[in-house]
This record gives sequence, C-alpha cells and structure tokens, in this order.
Amino acid sequence: MSTTEINPDLVVDGKLADNERLKGQSDLLRGTITQDLGDQMTGGFTADNFQLIRFHGMYQQDDRDIRAERQKQKLEPLHNVMLRARMPGGIITPKQWLAIDKFSQEKTSYGSIRITTRQTFQFHGVLKPNIKLMHQTLNDYGIDSIATAGDVNRNVLCTSNPVESELHQEAYEWAKKISEHLLPKTKAYAEIWLDGEKVQGGKVEEEPILGSNYLPRKFKTTVVIPPQNDVDVHANDLNFVAIAENGKLVGFNVLVGGGLAMTHGDKSTYPRKAEDFGFVPLENTLDVAAAVVTTQRDYGNRVNRKNAKTKYTLDRIGVDVFKAEVEQRAGVKFSDSRPYEFTGRGDRIGWVEGIDNKHHLTLFIQSGRLLDYPDKPLKSGVAEIAKIHKGDFRMTANQNLIIAGVAEQDKAKIEEIARAHGLIDDNNTVQRENSMACVSLPTCPLAMAEAERYLPTMIGHVEGLLAKHELTDEHIIFRIVGCPNGCGRAMLAEIGLVGKGPGKYNVYLGGNKNGTRIPKLFKENLDEQAILAELDQLIGRWGRERNENEDFGDFVIRVGVVAEVIVSVRDFHD
Amino acid sequence: MGEVSVMLPKQRNLSQTMLDADQLASLQQTIGSYSPLQLAWASGYLAAKSEQSSVAVLPAAQAAVSSTLTILYVSQTGNAKGVAQQLAQSAEAAGITVNLKNVADYKAKSLKSETHLLIVASTNGEGEAPDDGLEFHEFLFSKKAPKLPNLKYSVLALGDSSYEFFCQTGKDFDERLKALGATQVSARVDCDVDYDSDAKAWSTQIVETLKEELTSSADALAPVVNLPVSNSADSSYNKQNPYAAEFLVSQKITGRESAKDVRHIEIDLGESGLTYQPGDALGVWFENDQVLVDELLQLLAFSGDEQVTFSKDDSEQTLAISEALVSVFEITQTAPSFVDFWAKTSGSAELLTLAEDKNALREFAANHQLVDILKLAPAQVTPQELIDTLRKMTPRLYSIASSQAEVDEEVHLTVGLVSYERDGKTRLGGASGYLAQRLEEGAKVKVFVEHNDNFRLPESDDTPVIMIGPGTGVAPFRAFMQEREARDAGGDNWMFFGDQTFTQDFLYQVEWQNYLKSGLLTKMNVAFSRDQAEKIYVQDRLKEQAKEVFAWLERGAHLYVCGDANRMAKDVHNTLLEIIAEQGGLSTEQAEDYLKTLRVSKRYQKDVY
Repeated sequence: MSTTEINPDLVVDGKLADNERLKGQSDLLRGTITQDLGDQMTGGFTADNFQLIRFHGMYQQDDRDIRAERQKQKLEPLHNVMLRARMPGGIITPKQWLAIDKFSQEKTSYGSIRITTRQTFQFHGVLKPNIKLMHQTLNDYGIDSIATAGDVNRNVLCTSNPVESELHQEAYEWAKKISEHLLPKTKAYAEIWLDGEKVQGGKVEEEPILGSNYLPRKFKTTVVIPPQNDVDVHANDLNFVAIAENGKLVGFNVLVGGGLAMTHGDKSTYPRKAEDFGFVPLENTLDVAAAVVTTQRDYGNRVNRKNAKTKYTLDRIGVDVFKAEVEQRAGVKFSDSRPYEFTGRGDRIGWVEGIDNKHHLTLFIQSGRLLDYPDKPLKSGVAEIAKIHKGDFRMTANQNLIIAGVAEQDKAKIEEIARAHGLIDDNNTVQRENSMACVSLPTCPLAMAEAERYLPTMIGHVEGLLAKHELTDEHIIFRIVGCPNGCGRAMLAEIGLVGKGPGKYNVYLGGNKNGTRIPKLFKENLDEQAILAELDQLIGRWGRERNENEDFGDFVIRVGVVAEVIVSVRDFHD
Repeated sequence: MGEVSVMLPKQRNLSQTMLDADQLASLQQTIGSYSPLQLAWASGYLAAKSEQSSVAVLPAAQAAVSSTLTILYVSQTGNAKGVAQQLAQSAEAAGITVNLKNVADYKAKSLKSETHLLIVASTNGEGEAPDDGLEFHEFLFSKKAPKLPNLKYSVLALGDSSYEFFCQTGKDFDERLKALGATQVSARVDCDVDYDSDAKAWSTQIVETLKEELTSSADALAPVVNLPVSNSADSSYNKQNPYAAEFLVSQKITGRESAKDVRHIEIDLGESGLTYQPGDALGVWFENDQVLVDELLQLLAFSGDEQVTFSKDDSEQTLAISEALVSVFEITQTAPSFVDFWAKTSGSAELLTLAEDKNALREFAANHQLVDILKLAPAQVTPQELIDTLRKMTPRLYSIASSQAEVDEEVHLTVGLVSYERDGKTRLGGASGYLAQRLEEGAKVKVFVEHNDNFRLPESDDTPVIMIGPGTGVAPFRAFMQEREARDAGGDNWMFFGDQTFTQDFLYQVEWQNYLKSGLLTKMNVAFSRDQAEKIYVQDRLKEQAKEVFAWLERGAHLYVCGDANRMAKDVHNTLLEIIAEQGGLSTEQAEDYLKTLRVSKRYQKDVY
C-alpha cells in the first residue's frame, strides 16, 4: 500500500465533534476505564469511559422498565452492560457455546443469549463486578469483543451457506482475515480486561489503519455469497461479494457505502444503498479493505456525527473520487463487476444436506432470543445439543441458529432434542420466519418504541390480514425497529415500522425481497390500530390487483402507493 | 405566671460585670425562642442553679451543704435524663436543694462528700454502661473508690427485659454503692421499656422520704413551678403529649429485587414547634394492626367487646379489649415474662422447657409475636387476665434522617420493615408495619422528639468526621450531611455504608453520589455482603483503609457508628481497636485506652440498637 497525501479540500471544516476529542485523549482506548471498574459508588461508567467501552464491545445500558421506579427509590438506574462478541461469520463451537450458555445463565440479569443481526451473540445485563470475569471467560474459550461497537470496523459478517461447504469455508476464512486486518492494534483490551501486560512507557503503539482517532463513525463489513443476501449488503459500509469459478472463490465484487441509519426529522440523513466499485482478485482483498477504511478515515465527516458514515462521504466527495482514492491507496484497479444475482435473504428453516453429505439444521429463533421460557426451554435445548454435537453452530444475520455438520446417524437425536425444547415448531408461518425486530426496550437506551417484545403480537396481526385476504402462502419482509438507527434493518423491508414514540411508528413501504431497494415513508406516527387499518387496505388491494407472483414491495411501487427510491439523497425525503 | 420581662433588665445589669458580649448574646438567643411558660420555668431553674453553684463554691458557708440531693443520670437515648429532670423538678418543688448532673460531667472524687445520691441509669443492650457512664462505672469498681459510710442513696435502673443483662448498669451501681458502705434509702427499682409509671412511683416515694431530712431550711430556694419538664425545650409536645403530625411520604428505597423493604418516610411537624438536631430521634406512637388483633381475639374466642381495666397515665381506664389491643398494649414484641406466664398457663411442655433456659427464652420471645405463642400453645384466659400480663405499648424511636436546615418543618426517617414468615403468615413489626404499610399518606401520626446529646456533630465545622452506618444506620448521617452542607462546613466527611446488595440495597445511593460529586463528602466506602462469595462488611472496608482511618483520627476526626448493636457495632469496635493498635504501634490495652479517650471526649459516639 502506498502512502497518501490527504487532500484538504475533501475534509469537512469546522469544530470537531466531542467524540473526536475523547477518542484522541483516550490513550488508544484506555481512558480511565480501570479506575471506573474500581469505583464502588456506581454500577456505570463515567464521562468518556461510557463511550470508550463501546470500542471494547460493550454498551452501558439500564433496565428502562424500572428507571422511573428506581429514581423514586433514590437508586441510580440499574446500570449494566451489553456485550457483543466478535465472531466473524458467526461460527461458534459447541464447547464455546456451553461456556457462553453457562455465563449467561449465572452472570447476566436476563439469563438469555441473544443472536443478533450482526451475526454474533450478545449478553445483556452484566453488572460491573462481572465484566472482567466475562472477558476472561470468553478469552479462555478464544472469544473476544474487540471493536464490535464504536467508531471502528465491527464484526465481519459472512453468508451462512452450509450447503456449498467449500466455498463457504473460503469466504469465511476471508471474513476472519478481514476482521483481524482491520482490528485496532492497541493493547488496551488485553490490558484492561485480561490483566495483560502493560505496554512499557516509551514504546509507541500505533494504529496504522484506523489512526489514533479511529474512524469518524461506525463501519460495517460483510462477505456475501450470492445468491443469498442474508447479510443485507446495503446495510453495510463495505461488502465483498464472493465470485466463484467452478465452485472455487476467485475474487470479490466490492460494494461500498451502504447504511440504513437516519435521524427523525433530519433530512440530511437517509438510508443509502452501497455502490458497486467493481471486481478485485483475492490477493488484493485486504489492501482494498484497508484502502476503503483509510479513505473513510481521512475524508469522513468528523464535525457532524450524523453525517459521518461512509454513505455520506460517498455523496459528498463523489463516488468516483472515493473509488479513485481506494484504487490509489490499494495500488489496484477495479475491473468490471462480475455478474451475480441475489434471490433472497431469509434462512431456509429446517434440514438441508450439503455437498459434503453433512446435514445442517437451521432453527428459527424469534428475534434471536434464546431463553428458557416456561413452555419452551430454548436455551437449554441448544445447550443439550451442544453437549452431543460434533459439528459447529452458525449464527445467521437473520438471528437464527444453524446446527451445522451433522452426520446422518446423529440427525434423529438432534431433532428429538430440538423438538423437545421447542426449537422446532411446525406451526411457525413463513411470515413469522421472515420478520425481524431490533432489541429495543427495555435495554436499548436509544429505543423510542417497543420492537422485539412487540413483534410476536404484530406478526400475529399481519398473519391474520394475510389469511383474511387469502394470501396465506405469501409473506412480506416485515421489520420493526425501536428507533431509526438501523439495527433491525427496517430500511430494507417491504414493510418497515420505525419507532417514533411509545406505541407510535412511522411506516415505510417498498423494499424488495432481495434487499436491493430502500423503502419510502408512507405515513407517520401511526398507532397499532391505524397501522392495521392501513395494512388491511394495502394487503387487500395487493391480493386483488397484484400481477402474478408480484411481491408486496414491488406492488406498492407499481401502483404508486409510494414512489421508488432509486437515489437516496434525491428520492428518500422527496 | 410571673411577669418575666422583669428578669431581663436585671440580667443586663449583671451582664455588665458577669457576662461578656458573646455570653450575653448566646443567652439572649437561647431564651429568645422561649414561650412565656418556658421562660417562667427557666427563671426558676436558673435561680436554683445559682444557689447550687454558690453552695458548691463555698461549701463551708452554710449547713445546706449537707442537705443537697445529688441526682446523677446515665443516659444513652435521653430517657434516663428525662426521668432525672422530672425527679429534680419535683424534689425542688418539695423544697430540696438539687444538684442535677450528667454523670459524665460529675467528678467521681466528690462522691465521698455526698450525703444523698440518686442515680437514674440506663443500660446498653449487652449490659454495659452507656458511653457517658463508663468512666464513673470504672471508678466505682476500681481501688480508688472511697468508702461511703455516710451516703444515702437509691438507684432507678432503666432497661429492656428482652435482653439478658436487664438493667445491669443500675444493678452494678446499686451493688457497688452498697459494698462501699452506703445505705439504701429506698430499694432499687428496675424498669422495663414502659418505664413511665414505675419511674414516677419511685420518684414520688423518694421525694416523700427525703423531704423531711433535706428541707431543714424553711425558705425553699426554688420557686414552685409545677410544669411538666419537656424533653424538647422548645415545644409543649413530648412523649406523654405527642404531636399528631401529618404523614407525608412513605417511599420504598430498596429495589424491587431486594430482600428488604426499607422506607424513606417524611413527616410534617407543621406548627407543632417541635425542633430537632441531627443525631436526635423521633418517637413514634403506633397502632397495632386490627387484622392481627382480630386474629388474636379469634384464637381466644373473645368477641372484642369485653371491657378490660388497666392503669394508664396515673388513672384507671376501661376499654373494649379490641381497642386496648390496638392502641394500648404491646402485641408484636413479646416479653420473656409473658412466655413464662403462658408456659405455666398452657402447661405446654415446649414452652415450659424454654422457660428454664434464659437465653433460649429471650431468643424465642424475640422471634415470636403474641399470636404465634397463642397458636403454638392454646390455652384459655379471661380478657382481663390477658391484659394484666401484657406490657404497655412504648413508642419506637427512629434516628432522624434529616436536618431542619434542609427540610424545615419536615422530619425524615429511614425505616426497615420488620417482616418474617411464621406458619405461613407474614408477621410485621408493630411500628414498622404501621409506618411502612398501614399508615396512609395524609394520615396523622403521633410523634415527639427525643433529643440525643450523645450523637452530635462536632462543634467545629472544620473537624473531620468518620461515619459508619450500614443498613438503616445510614439515617443520622444523611442528617449530618444535610446539616454540614447547610452550614457550609469545611470539615472532611467520610462515610462507610454497607448492606446486602449494591443494586438493590444502596440506601440513598443517588444522594451519596451527589455529595461526593459536590465535594461535601470526601470519601465513601461501601460493602455489600451478598455480592460475592465471601461476605464483606463495613468493618472489612475500615480495615482496608486502616492507615487513612488512623490518620483521620490523629488529626482529630470524630467517629460515629449507627445501626445494629449486637454484631455490627461490636465488629466495628474491634476493628477500630485493631487499626489503632496496628497503625499506632500500641498494645491492645493502649488501643483500648485510645478508644476510651475518644469516647469520653465525645469523639466516638454510637447510636446503636
């Protein structure tokens, strides 16, 4: 990689955001986290450390259901942290699973494991005295949470494709390599959480890729194996689309600048699809990854965090300029994109047989929440399987779990355990399996409305409407999120509900099945009754007037219920 | 009542020679808030006082020296002091010259020149003398104690019969004075928690007995003022005449997962004129739970309407038993003597065995309410028989958790609900159940202020303080912090708090955080016993901070301990001894002396229960 001069004309002028100060002063992400850990007076982190722990994979949260109650009790909010593990490609061994199962049971307030849309697991409700223990436990099993949040490249996703096992294996190795390559180089994580050796004074640590101020904003990367688009490439800053020849991986089409977050009422923010920069052969992968990251590092907006993501940098400096920077920095030229096609995003629930004659069972986990419910001990079920399973587990970007690599003779036993614990439920509709929600209340501090807790009820209503209009075999990509920040990827849904306030949602329509179109605002601030009334109308009309096999998202655009968003910056708020 | 204003010019004249400007200002400030009634009483009090001092200064001048009655009180929470003040009042009214003193202010060596001595002594939980009496107690039992063949004396002992060493301090004084050759003028009386009528009877009898002997001079020195002595100098409301205050707030301040229900309570003292200082306690008269009373009545097959007779406030009263059980008699705290009585009445083998073993009996009594015992060993008694064996209700004292500098006419308490399961029923503490559950916001609650001069912030605002208050022992320290904040006190403040869990039981957490943030609170260390495998308590935190604790003590810090007497206060005490010995390079005995010196000089104060 060649060194690059920074073009000052492309840098946003102005007073830097406060996060820039705190990153710069953090002593490469150390801050005073260690002092805070010893503070007996509060369960939370103070000042800058509240932000800095994100770079170590944690968010400070509190139980919002009882926040007001505790205020009256003269108690601080029930501070705890959520940890998001770094699991490139979402693959986890049974041994690792049993370790996280135990920790979640014994040391988290909710006793659950959450499989998330970032294709990894999260612990929710870990109290401060258990945080170091948590990192050390994970470390004992080869897991860390470095840079799964904060202004860095986060956990790298990879399509869960157990069938084409060799291709998947190759892609997965690249996901891991990219993750490692883009990780912070600071030893802060080991030092603070694992009691690792302190970096000796005088010895200079460097962040050659991320820089000492890290990135302007969060950065998300995927490796995707078409025709599956389970990772939702357009929600990510950097995507490597696997191109295979004769079943062997030869290189990637590189898609840059997707992202879904926006702010209510701020038209300078919008969801945007990624741009296809073209094809690069395998050997250039890491250089290209680093070049995209450093270009965003140098030209991303550090003045206004709401316009700091790669998608805005692309629109501000121009796609061509951005691409030229990447080529120059990586020392490669993109060739024309190789053809590929996405045909869907959902996981195939149930058993499939791979080309290596191994069997794979995909379990539908509603909203990714593994918990022992009174009638459905889901979490124990997975643990029971982990005790006998000889393959591995794969968490999907759709929050589901694949029991991968099962030999023919072990299938029956595993299915028996899964059924006994409610992990296989033949009554789940396709609609339910293709719906998604972010975590939201009660733990997420950003949530404005319910999402995960509300999803099951809402899907029930949608199922009812489909039945009413005799569309039972159909499904609609349906997503609910508690705020407009993007976690539940509602901005790639055919119907997306975005929380506005308690019980109130903005309704977006017009995404497509493959996740290649951004939906558009239909109506604002609707409550459940109003939403259902509108959907009743729309689904009824779709049933009556649709073309053959026409999907709901395509239909609403064709008949003009909403206009199509082609270029976000132009069309989304129009 | 005499015209009081005539006193003032006289005093002013006097002041030209006798009082400096500060003294005069302070006198005027003090009496400025007095009501006419109080001024009248004070004038008599001062007159008597001036006579006493002249007597003391000139012992040989007149025969009256031999006719002075010295009354000493050994008080922890103020009860003994109150009794002694009333006694002094009636003795003076009878024309006796009285020298009333807190034993801590009394020179033990003067004992040998006394002729008449009365002691009102309370006892700490485990039988030791209250802090103020330690030195006197030690002197009496030392070789330095003089023979006292010319001394006539009597002792009134206050205590709580649910403790093993009931009235032990009074007993000690009595036996020791006897051993030194003194003569009892009247037998010692041991009073239980409902001491009022026993104390009054003893006082009346003593004054009657000594009147002849001690009033040789015809002209009584003190004016006869027949006013009740109020515990609180600035209000006519007191224990016998409580104020019906508005119950403003009862807020649970433990989290929803807590094993405990601790309430922050706010009460409005309104126009009562009741005032208090940080360190004082609020006395609360409560009512028993009607549901519990009904359960009792049912067990005994009483209708509840049966009339029972008992003496109260010096008169015979008759009430329906149901009413008497709600508002007059103690049914949630059991006296060991009741268990004894019930053992005999019911003939229950289990209870009879228990009654043999004093410790077991006490423990059993502490863990069983009246209703539990009646269920365990059914027996039939008449309504009057039952009433005759019960103790009268006594008000509960709660350390005040606020400063008037911060909350004006309000008074705040921190009340832990006493609650346990017995045979599938939830039993609640009498007063805590009343305050935490039965009393509704806006209702009236009968209260009075119980002053406690043995738990006071240092006189100087610059003096550092170390506060150790786990659990509801946190209460007075909240008051301390409010007071020091209002006074803009510059002294350092260090708080030690502990409870079961950090997330659920950190009482007033947000307030402590804010005090730390503002800098008013210099340091705070907390110990949560159930947050880790090994139990950690406040004394462990003290130990961790040994060096600094000792450094604070060396630079004059005052030490305060509030909360559980049985274990915590002892463990803390022993830890302090260890710290002092280790950090000061002292022997155990020297460390004990060090702490004792702190206690005697009021730098180590305890409010434990």
